[in-house]
Amino acid sequence: MPTGNLSDVIVVGAGVVGAACAYYAAGAGLRVTVVDRGCVAGGTTGAGEGNLLVSDKEPGPELELALCSGRLWAELAGTLPPRIEYEPKGGLVVAPGAAGMSALRDFTARQRTAGVTAEETPAERLRDLEPHLAPGLAGGVHYPQDAQVMPALAAAHLLRAAGGRVRLRLGEEVTGLLAGPDGAMRGVRTRHGEIHAPYVVNAAGTWGGELARLAGVELPVLPRRGFVLVTEPLPRVVRHKVYAADYVADVASGSAALQTSAVVEGTPAGPVLIGASRERVGFDRTLSPRALWRLAAGATALFPVLAAVRAMRAYTGFRPYLPDHLPAIGPDPRVPGLLHACGHEGAGIGLAPATGLIVARCVTGAEPPLDIGPFAPDRFAPSACTAPD
Amino acid sequence: MARTPADLVGAQPGPPFEITFDGRSVTARPGQTVAAALWGAGIMAWRTTRDGGRPRGVFCGIGQCFDCLATVNGRPNRRACLVPARPGDAIVTQEGHGHDHLAV
Repeated sequence: MPTGNLSDVIVVGAGVVGAACAYYAAGAGLRVTVVDRGCVAGGTTGAGEGNLLVSDKEPGPELELALCSGRLWAELAGTLPPRIEYEPKGGLVVAPGAAGMSALRDFTARQRTAGVTAEETPAERLRDLEPHLAPGLAGGVHYPQDAQVMPALAAAHLLRAAGGRVRLRLGEEVTGLLAGPDGAMRGVRTRHGEIHAPYVVNAAGTWGGELARLAGVELPVLPRRGFVLVTEPLPRVVRHKVYAADYVADVASGSAALQTSAVVEGTPAGPVLIGASRERVGFDRTLSPRALWRLAAGATALFPVLAAVRAMRAYTGFRPYLPDHLPAIGPDPRVPGLLHACGHEGAGIGLAPATGLIVARCVTGAEPPLDIGPFAPDRFAPSACTAPD
Repeated sequence: MARTPADLVGAQPGPPFEITFDGRSVTARPGQTVAAALWGAGIMAWRTTRDGGRPRGVFCGIGQCFDCLATVNGRPNRRACLVPARPGDAIVTQEGHGHDHLAV
């Protein structure tokens, strides 16, 4: 739907979700301006591990989104350059004890009914999959649909592949949203001036709540801090994404206190990435030795070989957390022309393509690839907020 | 005859000692880093890159660039420009990441 503006859609946020929105919108023939106050992948995208997971999701809307996204990532891997480091490596979830294995078995039985491939691996076969795994584990489950990308490069190459219909405006903070007399979106205001378009997509990630507030609507996105510990470069010592079964419970929890569960994976560049910690401490970037100690302890318990290698550095980021652990995707019924694509918590890399496709379909008036009802951006609103002047 | 930094500061180092580089004996003096001892013996490279196997030695010399990594007493990725040489140290050329034996 061409307009008199230079753009049909403005995407606020140049993380992987914003990049995917731009990619699919451009693919639908729309002209897109992507605005970010920082650089490409400068927020949570650049602080992730690049997980494309179905294994940690129970049946429900997020899993459907993840399965759809997994198929799209596989397509994208054929289109984008190899530098995005797409690896369909599979996941391996291990249970330290019999009780955990039993719970994991029940979980996978439910996942299978929703289209997840989950192959139970008895204890004695675990080391065929991962030779360095600690002895004494009760068993595990192999998830061949799990994959990984290098998230910052994936975001950058999505934007590049989107081609000439996408204009990038980096280092430009959105300070206001422009609305017409009817309250419908007309564009955004930045420190450098105004950009006009009839659609604005909120892909501001953990800062999506702030952007929503500029539009006069409430979206309770909260930061959930995580650290990743990075080892020195190694040959392939970990083949899959390997994690302990208690990770799933941590992801689903709403606790503000520090939680850690061992998540270990290699990278094509060499370093092994060790996660995952979760805590709600606002936007505090202070390094937490306690969190790093627990990450290291968890990883070396799963892979004793890692005790002999050195951690080189750590990085931190803020997952965009919504209270029901589901993202906000789609048009905001409170503000015509405003769409949201944020709040993906720790799954944004994985869920980005389906999110981008949904947004593109909504803007062009086409049918989204799945039911977006559960992601309704206004589902948290207890009362209507005031519209912007 | 050229003056050395040791002459310039009037240093009176203790007696020299031996370390080895790839099995061959190298003389080091107290206070020298591994890199300084190797340079003193005319050895300029003690690592090969992960991609392409190109030779590497000291670049910055102050612990910032991580170019001078070496395997010291069996432990890879030690910065030769920071690690003090000790009597009997075994320095070995580090091939790539130096952890090949861990590969699965």
